[in-house]
Amino acid sequence: MTDEIREIISSHGRLPIDVDTLTPDADLYQAGLSSHASVNVMLALEDHFDIEFPDHMLTSSAFESIAAIEAAVSTLRAGATSS
Amino acid sequence: MSVSVERTQDFLDTVCRIADEVAAPSAEEVDREARFPAETIDALRSAGALSAPVPTELGGAGVPLPALAAACFQLGRRCGSSAMVFAMHQIQLVTIVRHLDGAPWYEEYLRRVAEQQRLIASATSEVGTGGDMSRSIAAVTPAADGGLSFEKQAPTVSYGAHADDLFVTLRRAPEAEESDQVVAMVDQAHTQLEQTSTWDPLGMRGTCSPGFIVRATLTGEQILPAPFPKVMAESMVPLSHILWSQLWLGIATDAFDRARAFVRAQAKQRPGQTPPAAARLSQVMSELSLLRAEVSSALSEFEELSEEPGRERLGTMAAALRFNNLKIAASEQAPRVCQGALGVCGIVGFKNDTPYSVGRHLRDTMSACLMIANERIHQTNASLLLIAKDV
Repeated sequence: MTDEIREIISSHGRLPIDVDTLTPDADLYQAGLSSHASVNVMLALEDHFDIEFPDHMLTSSAFESIAAIEAAVSTLRAGATSS
Repeated sequence: MSVSVERTQDFLDTVCRIADEVAAPSAEEVDREARFPAETIDALRSAGALSAPVPTELGGAGVPLPALAAACFQLGRRCGSSAMVFAMHQIQLVTIVRHLDGAPWYEEYLRRVAEQQRLIASATSEVGTGGDMSRSIAAVTPAADGGLSFEKQAPTVSYGAHADDLFVTLRRAPEAEESDQVVAMVDQAHTQLEQTSTWDPLGMRGTCSPGFIVRATLTGEQILPAPFPKVMAESMVPLSHILWSQLWLGIATDAFDRARAFVRAQAKQRPGQTPPAAARLSQVMSELSLLRAEVSSALSEFEELSEEPGRERLGTMAAALRFNNLKIAASEQAPRVCQGALGVCGIVGFKNDTPYSVGRHLRDTMSACLMIANERIHQTNASLLLIAKDV
């Protein structure tokens, strides 16, 4: 899943640096993710993983790193499977 | 009555008295001459009102936000510029109090604000960012002497030349991205302000907000340690919209009060007949009540969200949209009320030297849609609406 998330950030995050140079815990906002680009990343994640982020998860901290995004996506997918 | 309730009531009584006795008599001159409302700010300073929200253990009065909001409203009724200076100062101060997290330099700073009644201005906008507060160009830069420095081109710094300290948004470091921001407090003794433009605007003339190049030196401790996106989302942005809209409501309320006084004077001249302008006044009242409802409900919601542990919901997009909507609605509605009041008063409202003059009110509230331009906020909202669900 990490690779897919990296791919999405690379295509939609408009980062000034190569996503592959980021560690899982690196702060994406410090890496140059703008608030506008972060919305596009979220949209692409929803589309790709066929999930919907509920409003309480739509915070900047939920998307601050690749690891945080992975955790959020995993939570939602687990919820989808169990229901 | 508990001690804290009493302190809050004292604070409000004092601000109301200063609004009536100091701000009101000088409002016309402040507006005409586009000069800083020094007498009002001095009176607030002497009364200790500048440190009202500082916690009592740090020497302040621990006045809660609703009382500060009421103070902005009361000052707004008497002098829009004085109210704006007071509001902007309190926005910075409350932001620090909310994100103190035990930072020693900032605790000591709050003590100094309480002792010395220091006035804080802010330099958040920047030439070259197109009004986007979530980007900075000027960077915290290591200086030759081992300290830090920056140079920032600010298109407007309200009362910059009259403040003791400046709260400035910056890039974290010279190599940092534009979105990687911090906010730092610098004092005038270590700051050089080079004025780059004049100040002869349509309204809010007493805020004295020309452009400056700000050059300052600082130490690392003067950078607020709390994460910048949290500081913005949970405090600085919503607090700005809340306190600004309170004073816009104050200005609009005074315009309405003047229109009502005009209609009453007419009614007294012709007893037994309802003056033709009375129906128009009723329309203005309904516009004013819409404004009041939006402004007060936003304050209650913010209080509710602030009391939650971790303030998680204040960080959501739904909350960002909520307080952006307050800004847009209040900034459009306040001049509408003032224009309605002008319609009621007619020529005596249009003239600048009658008891029913509302020209200043109209001009002051017309600045509202420009302070963080509504167009920019609509763009942000449009983007957030692509992903936010329950708004």
